[in-house]
Amino acid sequence: MSLTASKPIIVRSHYAQTIWSLVMRDLRVLISRWVMFLVRVISQPILIVFVLAYVFPKIGQGVGGNAAAEAKFSTLLVAGVVGISIITQGIQAVALPLVQEFSFTREIEDRVLAPIPIWGVATAKIISGALQALLAALVVFAVSIFIPATSIHLSVNWPLVLTIIPIAAVLSGALGLAIGTIVPPTQVAFIFAIILLPMTFLGAVYYPWTSLGAIPWLKWAVLINPLIYINEGLRAGLTTGIEHMNLFGVYAGLLGFFLFLLLIGIRGFKRRVIS
Amino acid sequence: MVAPEFDTQNPAIEVNELVKTYTGSITAVKGVSFSIPRGSIYGLLGPNGAGKTTTFGMITTRVIPTSGTVTINGIDVVARPAAAKSFLGVVPQSNTLDRSLSVRENLTFHGRYFGMTTKVARTKADQLLEQFRLRERAAAPVGSLSGGMAQRLMVARAVMHSPTILVLDEPTTGLDPQSRLALWQILRDLNAAGQTILLSTHYMDEADELCEAIAIMDHGQILALDTPEALKRSYAKQAQISLDLQGADQGLAEVLSKSLPDTTIGFVGSQLTISTADPTDLLPMLVKELVAMEISYRNLSVKQGSLESVFLALTGRDLRE
Ligand SMILES: Nc1ncnc2c1ncn2[C@@H]1O[C@H](COP(=O)(O)OP(=O)(O)OP(=O)(O)O)[C@@H](O)[C@H]1O
Ligand SMILES: [Mg+2]
Repeated sequence: MSLTASKPIIVRSHYAQTIWSLVMRDLRVLISRWVMFLVRVISQPILIVFVLAYVFPKIGQGVGGNAAAEAKFSTLLVAGVVGISIITQGIQAVALPLVQEFSFTREIEDRVLAPIPIWGVATAKIISGALQALLAALVVFAVSIFIPATSIHLSVNWPLVLTIIPIAAVLSGALGLAIGTIVPPTQVAFIFAIILLPMTFLGAVYYPWTSLGAIPWLKWAVLINPLIYINEGLRAGLTTGIEHMNLFGVYAGLLGFFLFLLLIGIRGFKRRVIS
Repeated sequence: MVAPEFDTQNPAIEVNELVKTYTGSITAVKGVSFSIPRGSIYGLLGPNGAGKTTTFGMITTRVIPTSGTVTINGIDVVARPAAAKSFLGVVPQSNTLDRSLSVRENLTFHGRYFGMTTKVARTKADQLLEQFRLRERAAAPVGSLSGGMAQRLMVARAVMHSPTILVLDEPTTGLDPQSRLALWQILRDLNAAGQTILLSTHYMDEADELCEAIAIMDHGQILALDTPEALKRSYAKQAQISLDLQGADQGLAEVLSKSLPDTTIGFVGSQLTISTADPTDLLPMLVKELVAMEISYRNLSVKQGSLESVFLALTGRDLRE
């Protein structure tokens, strides 16, 4: 058989090398547009934090009513905006570029022809999305603790933060991959209207998920939103004295959604590049 | 990355009974078979919609065959796509350059995808930019390139990782005559250095000029596959012998037509034209006759039937239609 005569051309470790080169390509593009990256990463969180945690308390419309409640609100908001910035990166760093690269320019093709299996090319996209999400989380975390008018009381639980943020970041990359392979280029606006907006408004950004007990149907319905698990996990990792979803639920939701979106994303990617 | 190694016994590309039916039930390729020896340059000639791109898609792992097999240096492309891809350099039909990167980065990153170190990739990229006359544009965004420059960059990118097989889908479509000739020369040089090349085209002269063998494809099938000369011999029945006979008259044409069987002879001015199916046998006879009659001649030329007539004979229509 000819297969035995031809030596294996590429061994596993070369897959890793090629995947890393694909990630480096995305980071190269990120660096050449770093100003745009910063702007897109911080604009939304800055606005949220500025209006809700600076303007509102100053004009006497503070959420909560008294100083203690306002501080509590600003504190819980930190986790929410970091969560938003992580999940938004998946869409901005992975889904939107992919939609374009799949479209008539077929720019993705040269990377699809790299000497690795297709899942490797898709995985590289998730990794670069995750790295950008981590970067965004750092930037936004720094920004969100300086802006509020009220004091913020963070108490960091490192084991939680150091596991939840990376899982949230790869989850975000996988979400971006899944969305990018599903949405046709003519329907990009749809991403914002049907995915990003509901996800952030109903993602336990401004309130802890547990407080939704007052609206039971909503409390259960929003569980299809992966941002819930990220924000609840971050809240557990960054604050004390604010209620959060139990940690088993947080990790199960994060890992479950990650695996689900990974599967959808890689399958969708194959479908888009192989006919 | 390890240097691609392979069994030299295997043909570079072997395509066996290849069929592709797209969802929506268009059968674009209907049982195509061919084999390309290493080091040769083959052409796939066919009109729009013939199935050239689909065939190339299957060879380069991007289209999964409905049935049939493709092997690259003996490696099945469906079973081991990653290994097959490591042998291939591909120039797709449309511009797929990475618009987020500069001209030079398109080459360096491509090299890195194939396992080159950054340093090696940069050296090779600069060498190729020089060779493909793109050095001044190295830092430019690819969006600023003209169509011809973009095409050259695509070829440079395809050879960046020193593939053993280069596959080009209509590489000269849209190029001006000068760029076309330049690209031909590049391909000839690569081939002379041992590069196996498979290209598709719908230009007859390109296939004729460049290719050792041509597969003529239409409606998803290969109608004939042979050297350009053999194709013309088999399908373009008549060859034209023409020569300049100063001072001869009409009588000579009559004499010649009696002594040379199976020919049609025309005589206009001093130009004698003989149509024949087999110029190889006829030429010595003709020259012998002329010498015997002590008639001097100039500008003797033999023109085999053109590929145009081959295509016409095979498909019953003109490629230009
Ligand atoms: N992705 C696809 N889905 C469905 N049908 C397709 C697809 N790609 C090609 N076809 C059809 O397959 C047939 C062959 O197309 P193909 O692109 O292989 O031809 P071609 O010889 O490359 O033509 P051209 O010279 O125009 O590039 C056409 O009828 C085309 O419409
Ligand atoms: Mg084509």
